[in-house]
Amino acid sequence: MYAYDEIDRTLINERVSEFRDQVKRRLAGELTEDEFKMLRLMNGVYLQLHAYMFRVAIPYGTLSSPQLRKMAHVARRYDRGYGHFTTRQNIQFNWIKLADLPDALEDLASVGIHAMQTSGNCTRNVTTDQWAGVAPGEVEDPRIWAELLRQYSTMHPEFSFLPRKFKIAITASAHDRAAIKVHDIGLRIHKNEAGETGFEVLVGGGLGRTPFIGKVIKPFVHGRDILSYVESILRVYNQYGRRDNIYKARIKILVHELGIEKFAAEVEDEWLATRESALTLDNEVVEDIRSRFSYPHYQKLSDTPDELAAASADPHFARWLKNSVAPHQRTGYAIVTLSLKPVGGPPGDATADQMDAVADLADKYSFGEIRVGHEQNLALPSVARRDLPALWRQLDKLGLATPNVNLVTDIIACPGLDYCSLANTRSIPIAQELTRRFANNDLAELIGRLHINISGCINACGHHHVGHIGILGVEKNGEEFFQITIGGRADEHAVVGTLIGPAVPFAEVADVIEDIVEAYLALRARPDELFVQTVERLGVEPFKERVYATR
Amino acid sequence: MTSPLQQKIKITGPSVVTANRTWDGVVIYRDAHKGWTTDLAEAAIVRTADDARALLAESTADDVGAIGPYIAPVAVNDNGTVEPGNLREQIRRKGVTIDLPASA
Repeated sequence: MYAYDEIDRTLINERVSEFRDQVKRRLAGELTEDEFKMLRLMNGVYLQLHAYMFRVAIPYGTLSSPQLRKMAHVARRYDRGYGHFTTRQNIQFNWIKLADLPDALEDLASVGIHAMQTSGNCTRNVTTDQWAGVAPGEVEDPRIWAELLRQYSTMHPEFSFLPRKFKIAITASAHDRAAIKVHDIGLRIHKNEAGETGFEVLVGGGLGRTPFIGKVIKPFVHGRDILSYVESILRVYNQYGRRDNIYKARIKILVHELGIEKFAAEVEDEWLATRESALTLDNEVVEDIRSRFSYPHYQKLSDTPDELAAASADPHFARWLKNSVAPHQRTGYAIVTLSLKPVGGPPGDATADQMDAVADLADKYSFGEIRVGHEQNLALPSVARRDLPALWRQLDKLGLATPNVNLVTDIIACPGLDYCSLANTRSIPIAQELTRRFANNDLAELIGRLHINISGCINACGHHHVGHIGILGVEKNGEEFFQITIGGRADEHAVVGTLIGPAVPFAEVADVIEDIVEAYLALRARPDELFVQTVERLGVEPFKERVYATR
Repeated sequence: MTSPLQQKIKITGPSVVTANRTWDGVVIYRDAHKGWTTDLAEAAIVRTADDARALLAESTADDVGAIGPYIAPVAVNDNGTVEPGNLREQIRRKGVTIDLPASA
């Protein structure tokens, strides 16, 4: 956990006071909506279909148990008793009243939580691997750098009104769990041939209306230079990014139109002129940030405790262990993913009671720490393996032990037309139906790793472009239709999926997905050939044929 | 920003003006008495572009009470009841189409 200092606390508390005054003036008619809109968006407050929506940042996906309890409190006191974890390490409350928002913000501020950088054309909440600091093989904890970037970018005067929003993600592992290749800037921490730690910098990735995979702009930037290099990218984007057309305003369009070589040259020129500046990070600054992160006091424990061996005789536990539990850096510990994808449930939603219970379990089993991943699940990052059976029993009672992590029912979905004012179609009911169709755990395991991502409009909050199967809602003559893509992926091999054919109506989507999965099972070369590998080997034609032959 | 009185407005059938209430975001409809109602049945219904423009202009003028007023289609049944004219407006009126998560 990162401990905020006095500057952080003052900043957050001042923001609450400012917003309280702004809301008061808005409700009194002293501010018009045009004047107020920018102010509310700077505090994560959107207007959705039925109500205001309040988006709260979870910096680098790390929460303490008191912070999660406070979120439960906000859900219970000011909302309808639940929250929605998003694809960018935020939580959203969907029914909050404007008049209540200052109090909610103040309650969250008491535990160091805020809503800055969750909206607007600024650098958004910097995201990272939800297993940061505990993943085996990690080069170093990427949250140190995420926190540095957070401090650098928060309320940055030069970059508070960029052409469009700007998203940065960081990973320090070979397997990318942070989807860095579909971010405006993706940072991969690695070691160069000299053994020095630094960053591979990617730029121009993004989803939405025009998806692009990020391109490497610089293979290695030393840590001391990372802020100045990021600033150089932001400056070039701020200068040349389009402001006349919202659909062409993201950096990905600029990089595409200029070409990566020319864009990189512009950045290099800027960087050479500015790199030796106050942004150069000396080791002392980095170590100061690092020192404000507290790490668990791990014990020396066995990876194969008796408790685990005994419990593994239970097939339900064994299945959960296989799907939800991952190796940890430390012997005797494990990373546990808590599925927020129950059969028939809305992906990413957690009730206030569940949040409170998870906070208690984190205190009991995981050093009081909870993680939030972009796949809309939670994780307890450091659980002693001997405690896994006891933890599983309690998670099962809470509905948080569905053994489907990374399987076909571990669906990413945006809120869709049930909540969102931008959506064309609903997403959640499609996800719910698919979880029912594939509810059989044996079938899901037979299928293996398969990510279905659903977006209710082209803005792609459900990351449909990079789903192994992507589902995009479109409206045709007032009816909900869905385009299906296959072969996308969001990891270190990120690629945009391929459209298989004409959009299908709402009622047929689940049938189509079943057809695609059946085709895969028949076509795969061997049981461990993943769906995306089969698509890569055979292309979309066999799947297209299967789906449309009888439609 | 273009004034509603200057906007080109096309309507293809009976329509209402809808918005969200400022203090809590609740869905509201402009009524025939220069006020707002949460009940679609009490909404003022317009059938011509000129009437729609006038109702929208009046609604937009109330910046304190409502956010983002716009014209939305409705269907008026033979018995006079009013229904939203598309799925988006149905959801705005009736709420989400799913069960909300609930604590045990």
